[in-house]
Amino acid sequence: MSAPIVKLVAQRIALGILLLLAVSVLIFAGTQILPGDVAQAILGQSATPESLANLREQLGLNQPAYIRYFHWLGGVLTGDLGTAMSSGQDIATSIKERLWNTLFLAFWAAIVAIPLAVTLGLIAVRYRNGWVDKLISGVALASTSFPEFFIGYLLVFYFAVQHQWFPAISTVYEGMSFGERLQAIALPAAALTLVVLAHMMRMTRAAILNVMQSAYVETAELKGLSAFAVIRKHAFPNAIAPIINVVMLNLAYLVVGVVVVEVIFVYPGMGQYLVDHVTKRDVPVVQAVGLIFAAVYISLNIIADIAAIVANPRLRHPK
Amino acid sequence: MADNKAKSGQAKSGRLLDIRNLRIEATVYPPGEPPRTITLVHDVSLTLEKGKVLGLIGESGAGKSTIGLSSMGYGRGGVRITGGEVILNGRDILKGGKEGLRKLRGREVCYVAQSAAAAFNPAHRLMDQVVEATLLHGTATRAEAEKRAVALFKKLSLPNPETIGERFPHQVSGGQLQRVMTAMALCSEPDLIVFDEPTTALDVTTQIDVLAAIKDAIRDTHVAALYITHDLAVVAQVSDEIVVLRHGRLVEWGGTRQIIKEPRQEYTNALVSVHEIEHQEQQPGTAPMLSVKNVTAAYGGGHVKVLKNVSVDIFPGQTLAVVGESGSGKSTLARAITGLLPPEQGSVVFDGRTLGNRLADRPKEDLRQLQMIYQMADVAMNPRQTVGTIIGRPLEFYFGMRGRERDKRVAELLDEIEMGKGFIDRYPAELSGGQKQRVCIARSLAAKPKLIICDEVTSALDPLVAHGILKLLLNLQQVEKVAYLFITHDLATVKSIADSIAVMYRGEVVRYGSKSKVLTPPFDAYTDLLLSSVPEMEIGWLEKAIAGRRMESAGN
Repeated sequence: MSAPIVKLVAQRIALGILLLLAVSVLIFAGTQILPGDVAQAILGQSATPESLANLREQLGLNQPAYIRYFHWLGGVLTGDLGTAMSSGQDIATSIKERLWNTLFLAFWAAIVAIPLAVTLGLIAVRYRNGWVDKLISGVALASTSFPEFFIGYLLVFYFAVQHQWFPAISTVYEGMSFGERLQAIALPAAALTLVVLAHMMRMTRAAILNVMQSAYVETAELKGLSAFAVIRKHAFPNAIAPIINVVMLNLAYLVVGVVVVEVIFVYPGMGQYLVDHVTKRDVPVVQAVGLIFAAVYISLNIIADIAAIVANPRLRHPK
Repeated sequence: MADNKAKSGQAKSGRLLDIRNLRIEATVYPPGEPPRTITLVHDVSLTLEKGKVLGLIGESGAGKSTIGLSSMGYGRGGVRITGGEVILNGRDILKGGKEGLRKLRGREVCYVAQSAAAAFNPAHRLMDQVVEATLLHGTATRAEAEKRAVALFKKLSLPNPETIGERFPHQVSGGQLQRVMTAMALCSEPDLIVFDEPTTALDVTTQIDVLAAIKDAIRDTHVAALYITHDLAVVAQVSDEIVVLRHGRLVEWGGTRQIIKEPRQEYTNALVSVHEIEHQEQQPGTAPMLSVKNVTAAYGGGHVKVLKNVSVDIFPGQTLAVVGESGSGKSTLARAITGLLPPEQGSVVFDGRTLGNRLADRPKEDLRQLQMIYQMADVAMNPRQTVGTIIGRPLEFYFGMRGRERDKRVAELLDEIEMGKGFIDRYPAELSGGQKQRVCIARSLAAKPKLIICDEVTSALDPLVAHGILKLLLNLQQVEKVAYLFITHDLATVKSIADSIAVMYRGEVVRYGSKSKVLTPPFDAYTDLLLSSVPEMEIGWLEKAIAGRRMESAGN
């Protein structure tokens, strides 16, 4: 690792942290702008001016906004996300298990989707403009164009109702074996895979095709390499940066955007947790989940940036 | 190595390559018209003996590269070989199928591209790329191949031959990369190498080294070669025979001496004869129109100094030629004068007043007086605008001309650049390279400037077309009384057009004065190197020039 690369990577990480702080301010400010406050929400119908004032005093709501912000931020940084209003439970504890579930689902969806998308992209380039390419593009595009709930219900209808290979409801609970868990998430993971596949596949195809025009690809062909070896060895390494970018965007989607799929399959993940508490107007939970989603999104994009920097031989091996 | 591929024909005649009635076609998709098939190569036949070098020469579009690549059964960009035979080592390679072609590419025939900088994969180390074909075809183990590569690096006089293979392409200079590419071609010990303009993208001072290295390598390894170039003087140094091509047809084929000394065809004669324009140099006037005074400029916030204390004068209606190799600061000087790169020190004085350093500080009138023409005419024009719009734009911008008045002026300008009215509605893509450059000239003239900066305006053009552009520029100078700052690396061009010359080397003006003074000995070491590196159409020039040099060229 050379100096300029370390500097660039450090810059990206610093920028990411700064961005995350800015997002936290936005999330906090957003919930302040909403009418009513936590005291009103807790007391609801039984609120009297005196009880409200007492509770506000108790909760520290009388302090200026910036002090409350730093208080909240301090709590977040030490792992204290506050208590949910609706249930009175500690948010961090409830989230921990659900975040784990969401990451578990996203991980397996990604394990299937990313190699599949990249391989399909490579094959599409190999047989570009032929029927194989068109078939791959067409099927991938169709699967993306269907709304995810539609795909979800199709999968449930076929694999759970008609054939009963997989459960229709992906409940997971403590004490479940690894295999049982995998079986439970098979259908939501498949639905997610189908949703993110086309985007990554088409980006892989486009990025590699772009590189295929280069003179060095011709050089490789003129060395006698087979068409697939040319793509894999000479085109792919130079198309890696845009591919990583789109892969990371889709990974972020797998964590942040799974709400609909989690609801369909009644999977106890972050998305379900968020939806539940939005309907209950449970502001502290919405804040905490929003911040976690933002953190996931920003870190994955930082990873994409860093990977693109590291993949560039000019930065890795300066003159 | 001959045992596994030798056929009876090879041993008897010593004939390596026999191209018979080769016909190559492509489908073109002209805008707004149905696609049609054009023939790029019309029934060309040629043969090459083992160990000999055949030069393929012609202007762009002559089919040189297309024919060269056909020896590997390769059609670039959808080009199809539709007729004839390509017989290599006694068999027709066009009948061998894809598998057969893959076996011969990188094994029997190797390719050296024009721009090695683009032809090397930026993601892999040089050594991996150099030995790739050898390993692929299984003719040597990795250790053997790498040993062979290092020996070739030495033979091609590359610096640090033991370790240069560990580098990435961007860590090596253009001239060195070109030699590494030659080593890559030689590494799998092929019977034939196709050199496709291997020195065209290089500076003259670098070209001479690469040329010598290629020539030595060919001689020592007894490989046969097809040497493709548009420069007869270059091909005369390396080939045994020369084929002259034009519009995909064979014009003349003969020994090197016969082609350059006694050409039989008119077209060959036109290529061979020296196109020097007689240009009487004008004496410098009393007051310069534009003075560059002690300009120092740098990129990267002052980190990379590219101009060091440069001072030159340009007189009204005259031409100052700025010569030097790439990286010498020629174009940066133009950027400093136009205000695109504000100088760190020094000033630019125009018509007695100092111009604003930055582009934004200059009034429109100052901008109008200084116009530019670029090397790449096709990227200097908006592809979605017609010629009329392109030339009309400065008329609207500087003079507020509209409608019929503007169209009339555009027609006059087209007339001045010797292009008819019919071009007004054409798009740049429908023009030839020379026509594009003419439109760019008309666009700069439209502003009625006092000075036009010409940045390598003829470098991308074929010699005959470039000749026409130079003549046009000289005529326009007579008519419009415009001064030129003419940036070029080509000394023949300088002789044709300049009144005074500034020779630049590493950001400094090393020699400056009237043309006759600069081109008269005694020379400083760099000017001497520059002058002696220009290829001459004479057999044996290369060896003489190398022997007589006083300094090493850059890139070594």
